[in-house]
Parts: sequence; structure tokens; C-alpha cells
Amino acid sequence: MSEPALEIHGLGKAFTLHVQGGVTLPVLRDVRLAVHPGDCVVLADPSGAGKSTLLRAVYGNYLAQAGRILVRHRERVVDMVGAPPRLVLDVRRHTIGYVSQFLRVIPRVPTDQVVAGTLRARGMAAAEALDRARAVLTRLGIPDRLWPLSPVTFSGGEQQRVNVARVFVADYPILLLDEPTASLDAASRLAVVDLIGEARRRGAAVLGTVHDAQVRNEVATRVQTLAGTEAA
Amino acid sequence: MSGPGDERPLLGVRGLVKRYGAQVGCLDVGFDLWPGEVLGIVGESGSGKTTVLDCLSGRVTADGGQVVYVNGAGVGVDMVGLDESARRRLLRSEWGVVHQNARDGLRMGVSAGANVGERLMALGARHYGRVRGQAFDWLGRVEIGQDRIDDLPETFSGGMLQRLQIARNLVTAPRLVLMDEPTGGLDVSVQARLLDLLRGLVEDLGLSAVIVTHDLAVARLLAHRLLVMRGGEIVEAGLTDQVLDDPQHPYAQLLVSSVLHP
Repeated sequence: MSEPALEIHGLGKAFTLHVQGGVTLPVLRDVRLAVHPGDCVVLADPSGAGKSTLLRAVYGNYLAQAGRILVRHRERVVDMVGAPPRLVLDVRRHTIGYVSQFLRVIPRVPTDQVVAGTLRARGMAAAEALDRARAVLTRLGIPDRLWPLSPVTFSGGEQQRVNVARVFVADYPILLLDEPTASLDAASRLAVVDLIGEARRRGAAVLGTVHDAQVRNEVATRVQTLAGTEAA
Repeated sequence: MSGPGDERPLLGVRGLVKRYGAQVGCLDVGFDLWPGEVLGIVGESGSGKTTVLDCLSGRVTADGGQVVYVNGAGVGVDMVGLDESARRRLLRSEWGVVHQNARDGLRMGVSAGANVGERLMALGARHYGRVRGQAFDWLGRVEIGQDRIDDLPETFSGGMLQRLQIARNLVTAPRLVLMDEPTGGLDVSVQARLLDLLRGLVEDLGLSAVIVTHDLAVARLLAHRLLVMRGGEIVEAGLTDQVLDDPQHPYAQLLVSSVLHP
């Protein structure tokens, strides 16, 4: 079997809320997980168990206090726990794509440019990046009349598709998907399922949360819990 | 911003101290700024953000510490204690400083075109047609109607003045830009336009910048990395979204939890 693209050992994360009397909330404890190229691991814990927290820790958005998050990045292995910001940004640019549940963009920037921005940040020429951005927007059913508009005013489902588009426009080796099909209609859901399948077949390692049982069955190669037990 | 490991910091700040009498301006401030990186400094009024910015440019003389800038020739220059003429030459040729109040960074008595062209002339440009051509080009880039090239800044709105100040600073292709509350005092719609413009310029020109702001939303959209200051000291430093979404220091948590939409 190939080397894992993502390997998590003994990961621990607690939040200390100084503003609320210093309460400490332990969220992740001794999480271990490996995702190989071509795998799609879906986390099956209930809401509030820390699935999104885990994805954010892998992306460097949350700081873990214990353990290691080993990521295959540019022909070497880097540990995202304690990685300096510059390294985290480089990993995000080239290795890990993250579909979050929120769209954060600069107001006024057209949708096709938002999506093309992922490729522009990797140094791709503007015209080619824009062509690819429009192709993935088309697949996700965002009509061309919306491309020149900022997604800020879009509906929830449209924003979600822009979020998906700006990650899937690039061939990231690792994909973190936080409920990528929530708030999508059937046709869009199918488009996302197809994109995930294609990404897997080209060798992407996918880790995500998918609440919808049907979508989960369609995309997952393995369903497991944060504690490491395999689920159905 | 290019990958790690292939370069050294553009700016290395160590142990920066400034006191105003018994008042602390900033205390033991240290950080590196890398080529192509935008660093945000956030904190409430009086936290020392602007003092740090002023010490970097030498506008205010630090009481102690080092601000080592690696100049275009690859030579490290300590801005603290640099003699005035060398400092001015550097600021004119390799740095840009965007003030919160655009009037502080512009010459209000000369035309918009002259404001932009002046910096080029200060660097030795003598061909009037070319200078005017570049001023014309830059007014377009900052979305000021090019028919306004001969108008006095007095006739401009606040947002236009700020964009003119940015054009004046960027026309000479500086390697480092310092900005103090660049969107402060502007209407929200004008802010969005300026943010879009700044972000595009930073990416296209590969600028390194230090941006002081009290607006966490501005920091999120513009800065790669953040320093949170309080009482003249850095209390937290890290990747922008990490500091905003998972702040560790009690004050950083308070700051983030106090705004409506960070």
C-alpha cells in the first residue's frame, strides 16, 4: 500500500475560554487516523463531537496542543502541529484544499475571479485560471450571468457551490470537506459527488464530514469515528 | 509569496522599545517580515500599533532595539540610528508609507497627477511625457477618473484621496509598504473597494506590507499573519485566520469576541 498522504497521531485539542471564566473544553483526545491517496474517509461522529475541529486543526486554522498531523507536502513530510505560518500557507497553497461551511471573500470581487484566485496563487496565468474557474462553476451549475457578480449576495446553496468550486478547481493532493453537500439541491449534490470521485481517482486523499447518508455511501471508501473505530 | 526556505526576511525587528516619558509606546517588539508577506498589527487604540509602525520607518526614533531592513542591494541596514539623509533616501526609493489621514501623505497644493509624478521625479525621472504617462496609468489602476489628473486633491472625496495616496506610494514600485489604518474613516462601500484594490496590488506586485488596523475584518482579508498588541507588547502572533478563529491569549480572545463580524 502507498504511503499515507495524511497521518494523525495522538491529536489533542482543548479550548480554554478566558473570556468565560477560564473554562476548558476538551474536544479532541488522542485522535489517530490515516488517509491514503485515493481514500475518502468520512467521519461519522454525532454533531459536536469535534469533526470540524479536527478538519480545522489539519488545515492549521486551529492550534492543537498534543500529537502530530503529518502531511505529505512537496515530496517531504511536514507536521502541521507547530508549523510556522509561512509553511502552513505554503501547504494550503499547494497541498491541502479545505471546503468550509462559510464563504469568506473580499466584497466586490467577481465569482469567477474568486475561484480563479486559487490557481493564480499557484502562479497560473490569469486567462487559463479564469477558463478553468468557469469550467468548474459550470459543472456546479452556477450560470454565467452570475460570474461577474460577487458571491456575497448569493443564496446559501450558491455560496456553498462557490466554496466547492474554489477548492476543486485545483488538483489538491489532500482535500478536507466539511459538509460539502449541505444546503445543496439534488443536481448540485450529484455534481459534488462526481467531483469527489474524480479527485479520488486521480489520487487525492479525502477526509470529510457528510451528514447525508446517501451521499456518504456514494463517496466514502471508509467510514470511521474520531476514536478510530470503523463504522458501517 | 513564495515558498519557505528560499530566502531571508526583508525586515527583522528585534527588541524594539519606545517610551514617551513614563508612558510605554512599545516594549520588546520583535518579528520578521518575509518577501511578499502582508503582516497585520491589530489591537485597540493606545496598544502601540502606530508607534511600532513609526519606529519602523524612523518617523519616531526608537529608544532601543533593531529594525534591520535588507535593501535592494541585499545589504542589511539598521533603521534605528540610521542618519536622516540615508533614511529619507531609502523611504523615497524602496519604501512607501500610507498614512491614515491621506492629507498627511499628499501635497494638497498640487494636482493629482503631480502628486503621483513627484515621487518618480524624486528618483530622477526627468522625461515629462513619461512621468505624466505613468501618473495617468496609476490613476486608472486606483480607479480615479483619468480626466481628474489636473485637478487638485482638495476636490476629491475621502476614498479618492486615500486611493491617490496609494498611487503616489506605489508608482515607484517600493519593496515595502507601511500602512496605518488605510481604510479608517471611509464608508463601508468605499472600504470594500479599497480592500479589493489593495489585495490586487499586493498580489500583482508581490509587495511586502505592514498594515496597522483596528478592524479585524480588514486584517482577515488583507494580512497573511497577525500580531495582536496590548499595552505596547505583542501578546499573540500567528497565522491570521488561526489568531482570529482560535485565539490563545486572554486579550486576543476578548478582542475577537467583542466584534460583531470578525
